[in-house]
Amino acid sequence: MMTTLWSPPRISRRAIKVWRRNLDVFVKTWKVNFFPPFIEAFLYLFAIGLGIGTYVGVIEGIPYVNYIAPAILAISIMNSAFFECTYGSYVRMYYQKSFDAIIATPLSIEDVIAGQLLWGATRSVISVTVMLPVFAAFGVISFPASLLVIPLAFLSGLMFAGIAMCFTAITPGIDTLNYPAFLFITPMMLFSGTFFPLTLLPLFFQYLAVAILPLTHLVAITRMFTLPAVTWTLGLHLVWIIVVTAIFCVLSINLMRRRLIV
Amino acid sequence: MPVIIQAQDLTKTYNGVVAVDGIGFTVRAGEVFGFLGPNGAGKTTTMKMIACVSPRTSGTLSVFGMDPERQPTEIKQEIGVVPQETNLDPDFTCSGNLTTYARYFDIPAPEAQKRARDLLAFVQLEDKRDVLIDKLSGGMKRRLILARALINNPSLLILDEPTIGLDPQARHLIWERLRLLQAQGNTIVLTTHYLDEAARLCDRLVIMDHGKILVLGTPADLVKQHVGSEIVEVEKTDEVLACLAGQKIPYEVTGDMVQVATESARDVAKTLLDSCDIKKVITRPATLEDVFLKLTGRTLRE
Repeated sequence: MMTTLWSPPRISRRAIKVWRRNLDVFVKTWKVNFFPPFIEAFLYLFAIGLGIGTYVGVIEGIPYVNYIAPAILAISIMNSAFFECTYGSYVRMYYQKSFDAIIATPLSIEDVIAGQLLWGATRSVISVTVMLPVFAAFGVISFPASLLVIPLAFLSGLMFAGIAMCFTAITPGIDTLNYPAFLFITPMMLFSGTFFPLTLLPLFFQYLAVAILPLTHLVAITRMFTLPAVTWTLGLHLVWIIVVTAIFCVLSINLMRRRLIV
Repeated sequence: MPVIIQAQDLTKTYNGVVAVDGIGFTVRAGEVFGFLGPNGAGKTTTMKMIACVSPRTSGTLSVFGMDPERQPTEIKQEIGVVPQETNLDPDFTCSGNLTTYARYFDIPAPEAQKRARDLLAFVQLEDKRDVLIDKLSGGMKRRLILARALINNPSLLILDEPTIGLDPQARHLIWERLRLLQAQGNTIVLTTHYLDEAARLCDRLVIMDHGKILVLGTPADLVKQHVGSEIVEVEKTDEVLACLAGQKIPYEVTGDMVQVATESARDVAKTLLDSCDIKKVITRPATLEDVFLKLTGRTLRE
């Protein structure tokens, strides 16, 4: 019965019930939940797009606002899933003991964590779905290609959920979750080809960003969809994301099992 | 009576510490079976192994004839668990807690609504159905957890200190409900620190310490076997001790009192009053608490 950290977890369709539980809570308080991404879209557009954008003008032949709009979407995808599956999941696991309550029912711990990961990805989808109309109203993204960001949000949301859940599985307490937030998420938000092109970085850091920063790949694809300007590298970025998603989702479920089933 | 739970040489080790050390027991259908013991005795670990949430290290364990590690889903479908820690969902109301939990058991929504209504009535929380968990008292939370444990009509209930921290009214309500459930044919396994509760509820019980089962039996038999039927208590003074020794009466010192376990408190009390210079003698029936303290000692546990 020994499972290693890399063996594929056995997940049943019951995982959906955990997802559904989170959706029910989210819908109950929908006003507070839908507002932040909506406001976030406006804030970024005004401050960076129309503020800094006035000085920058055009970047790589694209108006600055149009250049950063996909980055804002990508960052929102990252943050929604990441914070849901770090602080959100940690509170449910440790303070509310919800996972203990659920595994007393026919659900397994694998089902519970899979449900949390699916929910993290769903949060990403909800965020971009709320933001897209705002950007559309300002005419900074193109349709219908930009609609592809919605399925992309699910896939990459799952990736960030998996990465986040790994941190949640190994963190000694809720305070130490600040480390990945400051040392991983914040730098990534700035150095992944978000607000300025990667090519401005020293070559070594460009390679580093492509090799280890998931947001780099997400921003690249999102930008291809919103401009739209799809190139052959789309496939490479997608493969990178799919592989990393698979690795971290499997790892996070096994790490959580090791933490909670003793 | 069919066997519901059977354990042999059941052992659980956490990081090199033996929490449960080769225990064996059998729980039959329809009985209330208790696990007693000081903190750290291994009771909760045993409950978790039965409830399929903690894998055993060695030995055998079967619940409804199934192995908790091979068929956890099937077993968990048939059991209701009241955990020691209150883990109700604070994002939902009382009714919401029950219906959300029902979904984990694949109970369809209309049926879940009906059961939630019935169960809230069963634990006398009808008027709290739309109240959030934060607004409930400790006793109400424990009652709601009992209701939640019953949402899937379980045939086996696992209760880890079901009445911990409750006032006498709430304890009596829970006892009454548990007896009703037993009368309906449920099997109940429980742990408790309240020995009066164990004596009242349990058909049979074990007393555990340091991961081992010390004794197993009905509450009455255990008292008779290990203590006797009555206890005489007198104040501990040098004269009393000398007198007891002189009369060859075996005794035990507990704090500032001396206890004599006997079949006839009347005779011992008379002897003490007649031959020793004693002001006060207390006689009382022996209880499970006497057995418990005799077997597990009086040293404080973590």
